[in-house]
Amino acid sequence: MSDAITIAGVSKRFGSGATAVHALESVDLVVGPGEFVSLIGPSGCGKSTLLRIIADLIPPTQGTVVVADKPVGTARLDQEYGIAFQQAGLLEWRSVRANIELPLQLHGVGRAERRARAMELLELVGLEEFADHHPSQLSGGMQQRVAIARALAPRPALLLMDEPFGALDEMTRERMQAELIRICAETSAAVVFVTHSIPEAVFLSRRVVVMSPRPGRITATVEVPDVVRNEDFREDERFYAAVTEVREALRGRLAAA
Amino acid sequence: MRRLRSAWSAAWPPLAFGVAFLALWEAFVDWRDVEPFVLPKPSVIWEQLTENLDIITRAMWATAQNALVGLAIGVVAGLLMAILAARLRTLDELLTPLSAAVAAIPIVALTPVLNTMFSTTSSIPRRLIVAIVVFFPVFVNTARGLRRIEPVHAELMRSYAAGPWTTTRMVRLPGALPFFFTGLRIASSTAVIAAIVSEYFGGLQKGLGPAITSAAAASAYPRAWAIVVAAIALGLVFYLAAVAAEWLAMPWRRLSVAP
Repeated sequence: MSDAITIAGVSKRFGSGATAVHALESVDLVVGPGEFVSLIGPSGCGKSTLLRIIADLIPPTQGTVVVADKPVGTARLDQEYGIAFQQAGLLEWRSVRANIELPLQLHGVGRAERRARAMELLELVGLEEFADHHPSQLSGGMQQRVAIARALAPRPALLLMDEPFGALDEMTRERMQAELIRICAETSAAVVFVTHSIPEAVFLSRRVVVMSPRPGRITATVEVPDVVRNEDFREDERFYAAVTEVREALRGRLAAA
Repeated sequence: MRRLRSAWSAAWPPLAFGVAFLALWEAFVDWRDVEPFVLPKPSVIWEQLTENLDIITRAMWATAQNALVGLAIGVVAGLLMAILAARLRTLDELLTPLSAAVAAIPIVALTPVLNTMFSTTSSIPRRLIVAIVVFFPVFVNTARGLRRIEPVHAELMRSYAAGPWTTTRMVRLPGALPFFFTGLRIASSTAVIAAIVSEYFGGLQKGLGPAITSAAAASAYPRAWAIVVAAIALGLVFYLAAVAAEWLAMPWRRLSVAP
């Protein structure tokens, strides 16, 4: 199986002339099939910009991005990825089930098949009994689970997540992380996960990509040992070691800058 | 039970105020011995209303028809234009100033012109006047609702490779509903006022406007007041219908909030 994402020499500038913001500078990154990669760094390091370039929501100024062996534009049109943002972004007038069905409906999937897939996903995220509720009746964590189910609806081989748990409290956040691990194991999708929480990045990922701002670039890559991700891992020495390594990578760059 | 109690606690202050106001009015007319052509008593107006109920309901119905047809035309036109303006920038630049010009049309001046354009037995001029008056609040409010889309929804629809028309249909239009209904609320009671005003400039002798004129001409002032009361009631019916439509159209807005 080929790589999920290949990023080569990507730069991004917003604006032009003296006021131009250099958001990304020659970024290279390869994400393997089924691999979980986190992008971490302080605000303004371009991690969200990089995610949006992968999703073809904004174009890069330079460089190429290939998703599932296709240029990003084609990959987006072919629905090669699912995406979730910090805000759940559910449509308030649609039921939970209809929200999950949205991407399928937009791509002409039949009613019965849509419904079956939505129920399957509701079960996956543990919200079966809320199928006919509306988003306003759900808590923030539940809404975010619906948003993840929606992103998974077209069975993408790649999941892009932009701080999806950023607005949740610590307890909900840890529960959602454990759930994401389980969901990823079941779907075997590759994930690019943007976060600014070091423990979150380490707990979830096989690889943590550390970025620094002005201009945004990749400064280090931390490999996390391939162990089972359960609550015990949060108290594991190898977890602490990886957290320290990421923290030092972040701090090292800041001190130098 | 609690619901009933809260409905009552919301309703009693305006009710009490209304009753007190009518009682004061009645007492004031008695006390100062005011002539009926200056200010009739509420009890006399009520008497006139019940006595002439047949004529008044017929006049109300004639006005209501004009208001309703005009409202429907104006709302549909406002809605369609708003969708086009939100979708196509060049059309927006054309329509927005044009709609402002439509809002500035003095209807008292336009009515006689339309009456000459159509035959004097036609209801079309009155319906057109209502449509013109109603168009603006619906257009402006709906266009504003259609233009604002949450960035997360815009990005989501782009990630789904959804075209602009699909985005309008799936996200912008449902999102603009609260704005549309704000426009409709304003338009609904304005429609009745416009329908009555348009009746004052010749044409058919049907409706609440001519009824008020003929009552006043016959020095039947309490009857004229009774017809004014009927006009207010008609305006309220239109407004409440708009509120009810809003309530029915957006069931998700009356759900209980997150646990």
